[in-house]
Amino acid sequence: MRKAEHLPTFTADIASALGGPDWLRERRLEGFEAFSKQDLPSEAEEVWRYSPIDSLDLESYRPSVVEDGLGPADQSLVDELVGQILERAALCIVRDGSIVSIERGDLPEGVTIEAARAEGSLQPSIGQVVEGGDALVRLNDAFAPDVLSVVVPVGTVVSRPIVVVHLCTAGGDPAPAAFPRTVVRAERGSECSVVEIVAPSGPGRSLVVPVAELLADEGSHLSFVSLQLLGDEAWYLGRIGARIERDAALRAFTVGLGGAYDRCRTDAAVVGQGATSELRSAYLGTGEQIHDVRTLQDHAAPRTDSDLLCKGAVAGSSRSVYSGLIRIRHGAVRSNAMQTNHNLVLDERAHADSVPNLEIEENDVRCSHASTVGPVDEDQLYYLESRGVAPDRAERLIVAGFFADIVAKAPVPAVVPLLQHEVAARLAATLDEVVPTGGEDHHG
Amino acid sequence: MRNLHASVAGREVLHGVDLEVRSGEVHIVMGPNGSGKSTLAHALMGRPGTTVTEGSITLDGVELVGMPSWQRARAGLFLALQQPIEVPGVSLEEVLTEAQPEDHSRVSVAERLREEAAAIGFDERFLSRALNVDLSGGERKRNEMVQLGVLRPPFCVLDEIDSGLDVDALGSVARRIESATVQWGLGVVAITHFSRLLVELRADTIHVLSAGRIVATGGPELAQELETTGYAGYAR
Repeated sequence: MRKAEHLPTFTADIASALGGPDWLRERRLEGFEAFSKQDLPSEAEEVWRYSPIDSLDLESYRPSVVEDGLGPADQSLVDELVGQILERAALCIVRDGSIVSIERGDLPEGVTIEAARAEGSLQPSIGQVVEGGDALVRLNDAFAPDVLSVVVPVGTVVSRPIVVVHLCTAGGDPAPAAFPRTVVRAERGSECSVVEIVAPSGPGRSLVVPVAELLADEGSHLSFVSLQLLGDEAWYLGRIGARIERDAALRAFTVGLGGAYDRCRTDAAVVGQGATSELRSAYLGTGEQIHDVRTLQDHAAPRTDSDLLCKGAVAGSSRSVYSGLIRIRHGAVRSNAMQTNHNLVLDERAHADSVPNLEIEENDVRCSHASTVGPVDEDQLYYLESRGVAPDRAERLIVAGFFADIVAKAPVPAVVPLLQHEVAARLAATLDEVVPTGGEDHHG
Repeated sequence: MRNLHASVAGREVLHGVDLEVRSGEVHIVMGPNGSGKSTLAHALMGRPGTTVTEGSITLDGVELVGMPSWQRARAGLFLALQQPIEVPGVSLEEVLTEAQPEDHSRVSVAERLREEAAAIGFDERFLSRALNVDLSGGERKRNEMVQLGVLRPPFCVLDEIDSGLDVDALGSVARRIESATVQWGLGVVAITHFSRLLVELRADTIHVLSAGRIVATGGPELAQELETTGYAGYAR
């Protein structure tokens, strides 16, 4: 085990120099204390199995030092991304975890969107839903410069999405590490949706360790979409924790496209009777990328439902890991849990691991899991080719079709065109590098 | 096709099939289970796993043996599958646009799709669905005819087009094929197990395929004979 102590670039002094209100500074120091006593994550742990985490060299990173404002390139990237979202209620720009701006559109009265360190802000309820925090969560606790807090009050409906763009600085030696922190609370009977886009600022190495906490109070509807578009040298180690109370519903969709190593762990606990969670994930691997999706569907109350669908494709010499656990705790009778993972392997150098797990402490429950790993279906290819579609084009259509459904049914409809565009762009680039397996190219 | 030998998984299934189809003609190839009907369809279209070991297939003077399926399709051959499969997330319009990338006719693929759908009674709402997803057997066969109508190939092979179809659907498929033979001179090889296709689809020539060979060829009177005696008389 590697201890997290004695890192020259991650020290208590640096953590406390980040400033902010007293409670936040104290919280950082507690986080740092906890971090320095903990082991760094290890591939020997089940939750990191198949990952490259042993090669994480924290000493080659330093907490990002945020400069003011956005450069012209940052601004045009934000404009390009946000311009594709059909509608929004608010826009927050966050740079390396520091909140740069919050533009409130026509938000209903009482909806809070604020930076925790801004003057007059309330102390957000953080640290409640990401349990069993590993060293990386503690690192976020210690080095998150700010907390973006969204609170939708009782019974309030925010019909358009709240959009958050995280720009993450890359390049330099040591390379910048960013620790964004987001908390969304949908209070009793409220409805809201939040879209988080993680995009790079500049080329080169970076480490991004975000933590998002989602609290869906009784009878609320909370939708969450995360789109990761970092550069190809970035390490993204994301963590989402959700707690869904009685009769509340969470719909979450994570899309991982960028990064050298892209990991997203989502723990969704349905803790009140009648609570539901719908988890969706998609990833597309190219070059030597590693995509890593971990999910926990945690049932802690009777008559709770969870439904997970994760779809990924790996090309080049990329690889992917899907590992998910359904846990039905004692007392969670008449719960339903489904877990499905489909993988397309587009190159013989590419690889996908799929590891579904069940942990069931009750009898009167319904659980199912299904997983597939394989190349594009030969019969589908033949069918399209028998119409005159060239093999490379046929494969492209089928792979695009594989993602079409999950993207079209994203929990936030306004973000569907952006997701479609980003997936299509990566797909075109990905399949261009695939060596055609037969026939000649008629499109030269 | 001339002296066509084809094997599947190393076992020869077709032992020398000769068949000539002219534009506008309808040929029905009938045969019992195991006679090599599906192998014939896939040998013509070039399905991977079906190997032509001897003989030739020419279409308007172009040798098809050795060509991948998609090039055969572009050379003018169309195969209507016995079981058209689902391709999730892929639309008809996308497929047909990719199928004829050099086609720059003034009428768009979308326009032609609507016309063809109307012609065969294929619900227009299905045009926006992913290929064959949530379609019944009959709708899938109509869908094959819609594609045939948009692509307008000189020749087509119908592999058990009558399987899983009710009389209405079979009738509308047969009408579409017959009108295509007049409209653009479509040449047809319809492969079937059942003589009921003969009732619906007017054939110029009927062939009986048995144990990988064509054992009888004749006009519609051959159908009458098969109706009464069955395939037993042709068993080897």
